[in-house]
Amino acid sequence: MINYIIRRVLWAIPVLLIISLVTFSLAHVIPGGPFDREKPLPKEIIANLEAYYGLDDPLWKQYTDYLWNALHGDFGPSYSSRSRTVNDIINAHFPVSAQLGVLALIVAMVVGIPLGMVSALKQNSFIDYFCMFFALLGVSVPAMTLGPLLIWFFALTLHILPVARWGTWQQAIMPAFTLGIGGAALLARLTRASMLQVIREDYIRTARSKGVSEKNVTVHHALKNALIPVVTVIGPMFAALVTGSLIVEQIFAIPGCGKYFITSITNRDYPVVLGIMLLYAFIIIIANLFVDITYSWIDPRIRYT
Amino acid sequence: MEVKIKEKEKFENETAIPERPEVNLWKDAFRRLLKNKMAVLGGIIVIVLLILAIFAPYIAPYHFTKGNLVDNYAKPGQKYLLGADFMGRDLLSRIIYGTRISLSVGIVGAVTAFIIGVLYGVVSGYYGGKIDNVMMRFVDIMYGFPTLLLIILMMVLFKSTFAVTTPGTFAATLSAIDRAFGGLFFIFIGIGVTAWLGMARIARGMALSLREKEFVEAARATGNSNLQIMLKHILPNLIGPCIVGVTLAIPGYITFEAFLSFIGLGVNPPTPSWGMLISEGYQAMRSYPHLAIYPGLALAITMMAFNFLGDGLRDALDPRMK
Repeated sequence: MINYIIRRVLWAIPVLLIISLVTFSLAHVIPGGPFDREKPLPKEIIANLEAYYGLDDPLWKQYTDYLWNALHGDFGPSYSSRSRTVNDIINAHFPVSAQLGVLALIVAMVVGIPLGMVSALKQNSFIDYFCMFFALLGVSVPAMTLGPLLIWFFALTLHILPVARWGTWQQAIMPAFTLGIGGAALLARLTRASMLQVIREDYIRTARSKGVSEKNVTVHHALKNALIPVVTVIGPMFAALVTGSLIVEQIFAIPGCGKYFITSITNRDYPVVLGIMLLYAFIIIIANLFVDITYSWIDPRIRYT
Repeated sequence: MEVKIKEKEKFENETAIPERPEVNLWKDAFRRLLKNKMAVLGGIIVIVLLILAIFAPYIAPYHFTKGNLVDNYAKPGQKYLLGADFMGRDLLSRIIYGTRISLSVGIVGAVTAFIIGVLYGVVSGYYGGKIDNVMMRFVDIMYGFPTLLLIILMMVLFKSTFAVTTPGTFAATLSAIDRAFGGLFFIFIGIGVTAWLGMARIARGMALSLREKEFVEAARATGNSNLQIMLKHILPNLIGPCIVGVTLAIPGYITFEAFLSFIGLGVNPPTPSWGMLISEGYQAMRSYPHLAIYPGLALAITMMAFNFLGDGLRDALDPRMK
């Protein structure tokens, strides 16, 4: 199994390299440079700036310099905020996105998994149909509909929650809920399907015939096994939530990485664009890797050759 | 002589095999689909949306550019059924025209995913070995991309590079095509680039399991070439789950396009897209919330319809639930 882990980790490197190459090329193909202003700067100043930032080197040299620096943890300066480096910007904005992602994940797990369990235990009852309908709604209603709807209802009509921005815990409720409800719906359906399968297993019947209380059967025997496919989904879901928080950040004006990504593309701020892209790709790869590794640890029946 | 003939007829009538209803995967699935009320509802909504999109000029009360500045932000009422936006354009008409954008994005995404993805997956899964390895490595690498970010990057690229109008260059022809489509062409390319990945994985997994089956071996023994086996045996068995996968992926494409329009990287104004309507209405939300909520509801209903339909298709095509 160690071989498998090493192989997967080694695969992450070429993937990141290719992503950086593609992003670098795309970013540099876009016309316009970072020093274009409404009123054009004198040519000598632009030449000086480009020499300072190394933008007059041939493209392949810029790319290899960038990679070399990136390997040492330095992602370069930012062209639009001149006092900050990309590291500073990411350090300032990424925690916000990460917090939003984690909160959304918590919402998804806290809402989705119990709903799925209850639906499975009382299959075909009213609760089952209600929860599954709710789950279908949660998967279908996109963040762009739910966000303004929640803002209108809770902030503008009832005045119990602030409209937007980030900082206090009240401001975090609506964005986390908007982002997390899709994940909650997915987890509810998955938990229900998995629980339905586990309940019919022989060892559950054995436990019941041994006289174990129904509560213990559910919690100690069924739930742990039912959660295995759920755990494998949570890794990629976390990656999707963090990288997909773009939409929610735009709606609720949250100063996270996604919103900054869009502004920096418009400003042709290449290092920031590359840095955020690589960061998000890294998160996706790590999340998938983590799931692959822990899956074989959780379920001893799986062994990767 | 007549007795023998009569006995023969009686014998034939009594031992005749009774007529059985024809059993066919698609007829079966269709029958089961019709029993599923939610799926039928989803299907009806999709058909209504298609009609709205195709016959928009005849159904919508006003053209989507017809704005009367005097009726700025009119309330929903007699003249403007759902109200008017900041330029006095009727919201209902704009939502109906917006159906065109969303549905065309969904359909093009689905067709691209189906054609490119399924073919790629079938070839990769059927041949297996090294070819499969290489092809799947490519898919894995593309999977590692944050798709939303990639699409945004590509849209900025397209919108700035191809905004040139000097005739004769490649860029100019592409931008002319784009304008003919109302700004959709580049969105199609952007979504098509990432849409086929999911289909490819599904198709490849199924092709891998299907090629071990006996009928493939039999087909090979009777002299069918690889291409014939892929087309006649593997592909028809794949189509069911692939249709389900594609129907369930359409809401994703619609959301992508809506978000691109929301941040301004989608269709060019004044072509209405639901995302753009939401972003315009969002700015006036404090006083006129209906401008943001109605397009949002249209978006949600469309996505719900496709999800219901996809779920129903999946249950209907599931051979285990017979």
